[in-house]
Amino acid sequence: MSGTQTRRREAGGLIDRATALGFRFDGRAMTGHPGDTLASALLANGVRLVGRSFKYHRPRGILSAGPEEPNALVELRAGARREANTRATVAELFDGLEARSQNRFPSLALDLLAAGGLVKPFLAAGFYYKTFMWPKAFWERVYEPLIRRAAGLGRAAREPDPDHYEKAHAHCDVLVIGSGPAGLMAALTAARSGARVIIAEEDFRLGGRALSENRQIGGQPAQAWAASAAAELAGMREVRVLPRTSVFGVYDGGQYGAVERVSDHLPVPPEHQPRQRMWRIVARRCVLAAGAIERPLVFPGNDRPGVMLAGAVRSYVHRFAVVPGRRAVIFATHDEAATTAADLAAAGITVAAIVDPRAMPSAMLRGAAGLSGARLLSGSVVDTVHGGHGVEAVEVADGRGGRVRLDCDLLAMSGGWNPSVHLTTHLGARPVWDAALGAFVPAASLPPGMAVAGAAAGAFELAEDLAAGARAGAFAAEACGFAATLPNGPETNDEPALGPPLWRVRGGRGKAFVDFQNDVGASDIDLAAREGFRSVEHLKRYTTLGMATDQGKTANVTGLALMAEITARSIPETGTTTSRPPFTPVSIGALAGHHRGRAFRPTRLPPTHHWASALDAVFIEAGPWLRASHYPRPGEANWMVSCNREVAAVRQAAGLCDVTTLGKIDVQGADAMHFLGLIYANGVDTLAVGRVRYGLMLREDGFVMDDGTVARLGREHFIVTTTTAHAVDVFRHMEHARQWLFPALDVQLASVTEQWAQLAIAGPRSRDVLTRLVDAPFDLSNAAFPYMAAAELTVCGGVAARLFRISFSGELAYELAVPARYGDALARRLMQAGAEFGIAPYGLEALGVLRIEKGHPAGAELNGQTTAHDLRLDRLLSKRRDFIGRAMAARPVLTDPGRETLVGLRPVDRRSPLRAGAHLLPQGVAANPASDHGHITSAAYSPTLGHWIGLGLLRGGAARMGETVRAYDALRGHDDLAEVVGPVFVDPAGERLRG
Amino acid sequence: MRIPCPYCGERGREEFAYLGDATVRRPDDGGAAPTAAWEAYVYLRDNPAGLHRELWFHAAGCGSWLVVTRDIRTHQIFDCQPAQDVALGRAA
Repeated sequence: MSGTQTRRREAGGLIDRATALGFRFDGRAMTGHPGDTLASALLANGVRLVGRSFKYHRPRGILSAGPEEPNALVELRAGARREANTRATVAELFDGLEARSQNRFPSLALDLLAAGGLVKPFLAAGFYYKTFMWPKAFWERVYEPLIRRAAGLGRAAREPDPDHYEKAHAHCDVLVIGSGPAGLMAALTAARSGARVIIAEEDFRLGGRALSENRQIGGQPAQAWAASAAAELAGMREVRVLPRTSVFGVYDGGQYGAVERVSDHLPVPPEHQPRQRMWRIVARRCVLAAGAIERPLVFPGNDRPGVMLAGAVRSYVHRFAVVPGRRAVIFATHDEAATTAADLAAAGITVAAIVDPRAMPSAMLRGAAGLSGARLLSGSVVDTVHGGHGVEAVEVADGRGGRVRLDCDLLAMSGGWNPSVHLTTHLGARPVWDAALGAFVPAASLPPGMAVAGAAAGAFELAEDLAAGARAGAFAAEACGFAATLPNGPETNDEPALGPPLWRVRGGRGKAFVDFQNDVGASDIDLAAREGFRSVEHLKRYTTLGMATDQGKTANVTGLALMAEITARSIPETGTTTSRPPFTPVSIGALAGHHRGRAFRPTRLPPTHHWASALDAVFIEAGPWLRASHYPRPGEANWMVSCNREVAAVRQAAGLCDVTTLGKIDVQGADAMHFLGLIYANGVDTLAVGRVRYGLMLREDGFVMDDGTVARLGREHFIVTTTTAHAVDVFRHMEHARQWLFPALDVQLASVTEQWAQLAIAGPRSRDVLTRLVDAPFDLSNAAFPYMAAAELTVCGGVAARLFRISFSGELAYELAVPARYGDALARRLMQAGAEFGIAPYGLEALGVLRIEKGHPAGAELNGQTTAHDLRLDRLLSKRRDFIGRAMAARPVLTDPGRETLVGLRPVDRRSPLRAGAHLLPQGVAANPASDHGHITSAAYSPTLGHWIGLGLLRGGAARMGETVRAYDALRGHDDLAEVVGPVFVDPAGERLRG
Repeated sequence: MRIPCPYCGERGREEFAYLGDATVRRPDDGGAAPTAAWEAYVYLRDNPAGLHRELWFHAAGCGSWLVVTRDIRTHQIFDCQPAQDVALGRAA
């Protein structure tokens, strides 16, 4: 016995007694050993009471030894790493672990909310729907806080998770889920054939039930056999062993989701290691060897600490070398009670009695009772449990009026086993009821590629498990093209036989629980049946059976069987239980992986980003890009001052702006011109070489999709641009047209957005600036290179470049493209060359003001609901030929003059601002949706005009020039008058850009 | 879901973008007028419980538009052809 571990066996078990691990539970210091779970360490320290139940705050202990645990939920760690609702049965012990019990007030031992069953009368099945209905005002102030205090589980951490999580993909021939005897045999057989095998095991040690049973396999103890099988697998090159890994979901295409708890068993993840890793495994074949989950029995008081599943008792005794009690009673429906009795006796635990509901006990059971000195009470049931915080005694009824009271501190119960069929149902198959076995087994229609072996398939005998695992592994490998050899099944010793299920013990005193975690009792199922909620789906929702974090792993089948019994139907008539992913809770962190905060999605930087950073630019997210919003100078009080100065620089001298983010698509081929004529609505198929044209693109339904420019660089060579926001969609749309709509055309597309840096040089002095950069003999004069010209040339002494004379601002302007790697240097050269002309860099804010002043529609106007007519671009539509959207754009409803059309707006009181989003209403009508005539789409202060201006969509707008309308912004509390004007505020005749 | 791209091999669904029904074809009348045929092409879609032919784009792969024959109840994929070959009537 070491230190605090008063319930630790002297020898045996898979623990390292040489190393002591210190941990705390509710502040109390204890020790355990490597190989322990928190649950086994708590039991070794004599702790039985570990939590309070969800609704009734009943004392609860440890029920199981695995992932199905409904009761022993604890809070682990502290601060930012605090995690709620961790099952103590799967939490691997580490030195320094801090664990706390949950859902108790004020303390675990003294819970006021449980006193006298204080909350119990309120919380019967359906309480959500029946209680607290009135008075209505009481809900938020009284009922909800009360329920939240009384019910609910652990507390989540308040701070951001300091650890990181990652995602990984793996491909294999055969995925084996579970590493019990069947899983190990499947993996060994498949791997020996040369197949690539992944074996995933939830536990930190491979072996499954082989670790917990006192059995012989292949002439050696089961634990040793499992260790040698695991060692062989670990040494094979094509095998990946994933311990601490839960396969939580099965998806189509042979895909499986799994979470590997890389560092959950360590205080802090090692450097460069994630806390958890999310695997997506693509497997050609899968062997599901997930085992089975033991069924609790339903009898009054079955939730008292000290009442445990018999298989878990054997696990604690064998695997963890723990003495879970001094004096035990075994209550089971089958011959495994003999195994349990023998194991307990061997561990020095007194077995007071074996209680068996069957009238005729088997020879095996009689023998075991004799050897362990236990009374054999056949035809009997346990119907009452005494003890508050733990079992002190049980009462046994023999059904003929006889009662026996047995003192004990451990009750090992077993109602048989439920095969873990969960993963077989994720693609929609329903398990089938096997009456002979008394259990649901996997349906014949399994997920493609999956086979089920061992206890998960309803094969509970060890010899059959081993053989079935080997067969499934061989079959899976052969299906992948490998020649597998079926090994001889390792020899095993005798098997216990199953008995018929006992769903419920009637009589006795106290509440009998079906779903421990959600506090659903047999009486709640009676109530649901009485009130008509008899379908399994209604039963679940009315009683919350199976809805807790354990998803009813120990409860669903029993709940269904009880409903069948109550309503005198068979189990198949009553229903079935299916499950959806995830099989076990998956943390949000694992699902998110590295995609958090700044890394939520990649950030794209234009080529001049570092140059702009050096100028102290302020950046703003524009789609996936980070773009300069403005370039503040010392003494400028806010962004608007900077923006106004940048606008003035463009209008009066020259400005420089990186427009690389616009999508650029290179279009080549003999039919390129014809193709672009189909893509764009405005007849770009008449474009001459060396010219650019505005391009308007419609969707096939006739609405505007995007706009941009089309430049013809050669007979069969075009460069088109898209808006920043739609770059990806437009490329996809054009490829769709090329490959699917017009497949016979000789045309090729390439996205070159990232290959070319493109800088806009705008303003009356822009030609003077550019002249300093272009190589001779290129002629920039207005006659040689007029508005809407395009050319390929060299700049700065031989750098290949493309020059377009296009303008978004309405000024004399150019866009100059160079290979992306020259973008930064080009910006610096332009600033040097432009210094004497007063050049200034301008950002997205100034770009927006300039385009509103010029009345160019952008994102707020190209919103997917506007037509060419709405944007007053209908005169551009080609009359001659087919283009995408032509037919549907001609629908009367899309060209109705009453539609909301683009207008300019200026405030009647020139001092007041306009706000994008404000509704436009006629004067003198009530402000309601019926009188809504449109809205302001874009608004800005125009430094050029000295007042605010706006663009808007106004019902019948083209015919309402000069009208005064209300700009009504109820959200922000503004109500101003605005005058309707043309959308072009600066240089409507277009003289400047042609200068 | 995993889609067997004829150029890239079997790839995860996240590499692809979905468009929709591949059984409707653009009317070949030059887009002259909105007819019932155009309305059917733009708006009317069947939603069969079972096999369906759909257009997918291998956005994070080769950039091919593909015609995928899929059972939309189970996501089982029966066929995958380059859309251009299908459109030109030369698909296998």
